[in-house]
Amino acid sequence: MFDFDAGKYALYVWPAFAVTVLAFGWMIADSLARARRWKREVEARAKAKS
Amino acid sequence: MFAFLANPDRFMAFSRRAAPAFGVLAALLIAAGLWFTFVAPEDYQQGDTVRIMFIHVPAAYMAMFSYLCLGVASFLSLVYRHALADAAARACAPLGAAFTALSLVTGALWGKPMWGTWWVWDARLTSVLVLFLFWLGYMALRAAIDDETKAGRAAAILALVGLVNLPVIHFSVEWWNSLHQGATVFAAKAENRLPPSYLIPMALMALGYTSAFGSLWLVRIRAEVWRRRAAVLALQAAEG
Repeated sequence: MFDFDAGKYALYVWPAFAVTVLAFGWMIADSLARARRWKREVEARAKAKS
Repeated sequence: MFAFLANPDRFMAFSRRAAPAFGVLAALLIAAGLWFTFVAPEDYQQGDTVRIMFIHVPAAYMAMFSYLCLGVASFLSLVYRHALADAAARACAPLGAAFTALSLVTGALWGKPMWGTWWVWDARLTSVLVLFLFWLGYMALRAAIDDETKAGRAAAILALVGLVNLPVIHFSVEWWNSLHQGATVFAAKAENRLPPSYLIPMALMALGYTSAFGSLWLVRIRAEVWRRRAAVLALQAAEG
């Protein structure tokens, strides 16, 4: 049913998917890490203020 | 809609639920898109490299769509001087740059076996490279100016100038002789349009990419709002 055999084009097809996975991985990880970092920072500063 | 979300508290309440909802939608759409990607038949000319199209075309579309979002946010930031619009513009840039880089790299990986070269100074490819340079320039300009307000205004003007490049990218295959193929998704001639076996995975992936961008953009705007709140609190603490 699934055609995972890219034959002679595997050298191009799979790196294209790999680089897409890497780009999405970076976008997700960086966005979540940034949000967590600054949320914690605000909470810590608000706590220190009060 | 803009007026409703212009209030930071309302935006934070909205995005708290909207960001994960868009994320789940993106995962479902991309999973379905990948399913159809690997059950689609080989193309009679492109062979298995046609599967690269299902990740390349949505990335190229997102490169342009995200820049349009940057342009709208920059315009609102310049005209209304609204901090949330400026935060949205700043948050958009790394995502747009990533999608543009992705479209260039996946395009090169398709171009080598099909055109026999990784790169040509073709109007479409070159105008997308210019778009990538606009993203880099936007981020570099923001980073180069210490005063955040001035940096935001200068970068917003640069972003608006870069909007001129979007119609150039879109119409480049019509205005110049190009190695890059013309329109196939919304082609005028029926014989040039994609068959459903290719249109379905491409549409699902494009919608999935759009949802993913929506989710990540909201997450990054939230991070930017928190970063600015932390800066205000730090300033207040320093002033005693």
